[in-house]
Amino acid sequence: MTVAAESAADPELVDPGRGGGLREVVRRRYLLRLIVRRELRARYQGSLLGLGWSYVRPAAHFAVFFFVAGIFLRMSEQVEHFPIFMFSALVLVSFFNETLINTTHSVVGNAPLVRKVYLPRELFPVASLLVSCVHLLPGLAIVLTVALVWGWTFSFAAVGSALLGFALTATLGIGLGLICAALHVFYRDTEKVVDITTLFVTWSVPMIYPWTVVRDTAPGWALDLYLANPLVDAVLLFERAFWWPTTSGSAAFPPNLTRDALISLAGAVCLLVLGQLVFARLQRRFAEEL
Amino acid sequence: MTGTPPAVVVDSVTKRFTLRHARSIKDMTVRALRRETLRERFTALDEVSVGIGVGEAVALLGVNGSGKSTLLKIVSGVMPPDSGTVRVRGRIAGLIEVGAGLHPDLSGRENVFLNGAILGMDRAETLRKFDSIVGFAEIGRFLDQPVRFYSSGMFMRLAFSIAVHTDPDVFLIDEVLAVGDPLFRQKCIERLHEYRASGRTMVIVAHDAKLLRQLCTRGVFLEQGRVLWDGDIATATDLLVRKRQERRGTQPAHSRPAEAGR
Repeated sequence: MTVAAESAADPELVDPGRGGGLREVVRRRYLLRLIVRRELRARYQGSLLGLGWSYVRPAAHFAVFFFVAGIFLRMSEQVEHFPIFMFSALVLVSFFNETLINTTHSVVGNAPLVRKVYLPRELFPVASLLVSCVHLLPGLAIVLTVALVWGWTFSFAAVGSALLGFALTATLGIGLGLICAALHVFYRDTEKVVDITTLFVTWSVPMIYPWTVVRDTAPGWALDLYLANPLVDAVLLFERAFWWPTTSGSAAFPPNLTRDALISLAGAVCLLVLGQLVFARLQRRFAEEL
Repeated sequence: MTGTPPAVVVDSVTKRFTLRHARSIKDMTVRALRRETLRERFTALDEVSVGIGVGEAVALLGVNGSGKSTLLKIVSGVMPPDSGTVRVRGRIAGLIEVGAGLHPDLSGRENVFLNGAILGMDRAETLRKFDSIVGFAEIGRFLDQPVRFYSSGMFMRLAFSIAVHTDPDVFLIDEVLAVGDPLFRQKCIERLHEYRASGRTMVIVAHDAKLLRQLCTRGVFLEQGRVLWDGDIATATDLLVRKRQERRGTQPAHSRPAEAGR
């Protein structure tokens, strides 16, 4: 065809569905911001408490874990300032779980748009991540307030630990989230798997027990396996950031925590790249599957 | 068409859909035991080539399931073709289905910004056109109400108004003129005429032969995913009317598996 031959040479003619992936999302950040705002607005539409729910949920979690683990199982006697120990871990775990669950639903939840308008589809998982970040803020504010009351003082080590822990969790969350979001379009089993995963995540990190319990009761290889979980690194970092400075400092952290966390972060970045590749490949069939 | 640069080039595009009969492991096993097929391939578009020049107004016609909506979706970029290429020039806006980007829980005002951004407008552009969009949509004091309280006519008007205000270089319209009250419909058609007169490109899918004859100069008639006719609009619409009559004559309403494209 002559028209086709001509068009190949014309630089202004472009492929209408040219992906672009996460880079395209950055370029359309104005739209991203509006989508995040929409998610936040729509979620609390018609509810009396509104964004207040993002305080209630962690508070309820906190109460349950505090009474069961802290009081009945007597963790409070073993761990100094147990409430802040637990809560600093809880906000991070909730952040991860929420990110994973919401990103998984993000593409299916926006089916009308995905089906009818071309947009970089990565917008939806990324928007879910940002919504989770917004929900993380109240929790962090509470952790910090309580920590300050218990004598927390600023140090670069603490803030660095918190940032590293957050970066690790967020990267892991969006990397896995991209894969789950894409899979969920094809297999609705994904949400069940994700649901169960979040259960494991909640109990496999040192949140209502210190990691030393694992060290002292499990064989060496099990401890290595336990510590290989990047979320354990992230949670330990958060505890080192917010809880440890308020204690007498006698509690031990695994040796080389920072190094291990950095290695985990590198792994999480690899996962993110993989997630982007998987998503870009699968998104070509989103419109017909939905 | 010589002389005008191409706005849309569709080059031997093929699109197949897979119809999965079984999704769960249980269904798959049952079907496998009965020796039934698990999936079926269905060709929605078969080596379709169409070139549309800048400033042309083209109608895509065909009976249900002929692949016209699929073609429009491929041009808009929502679906990639299985083989062949599609290339477009400039900004495309699609009214692929009315109000896909309108969120029921947000107010009309918020939706103007959100939907504008979805269709590629930035904040400054939306602000500049805001009054014109609201004026055209005639939603008046409902502007700050959540869109789900809108009547279907208002909903449609808002969606259409936002889409025409994005000033796309290529405007894709699918079946939107079928709804809405007659007055607004007339206004939309006028707007499309103006739009055409300004030298931009339009691709329309509709079932209303009279309307298409009014708006378009060229018709592309699709049948079972192939181009049957590509030329003047009168022949294409006549073809449509004839095919419809044939269908009505032969069929005891048997439904083709064709609406997979939706």
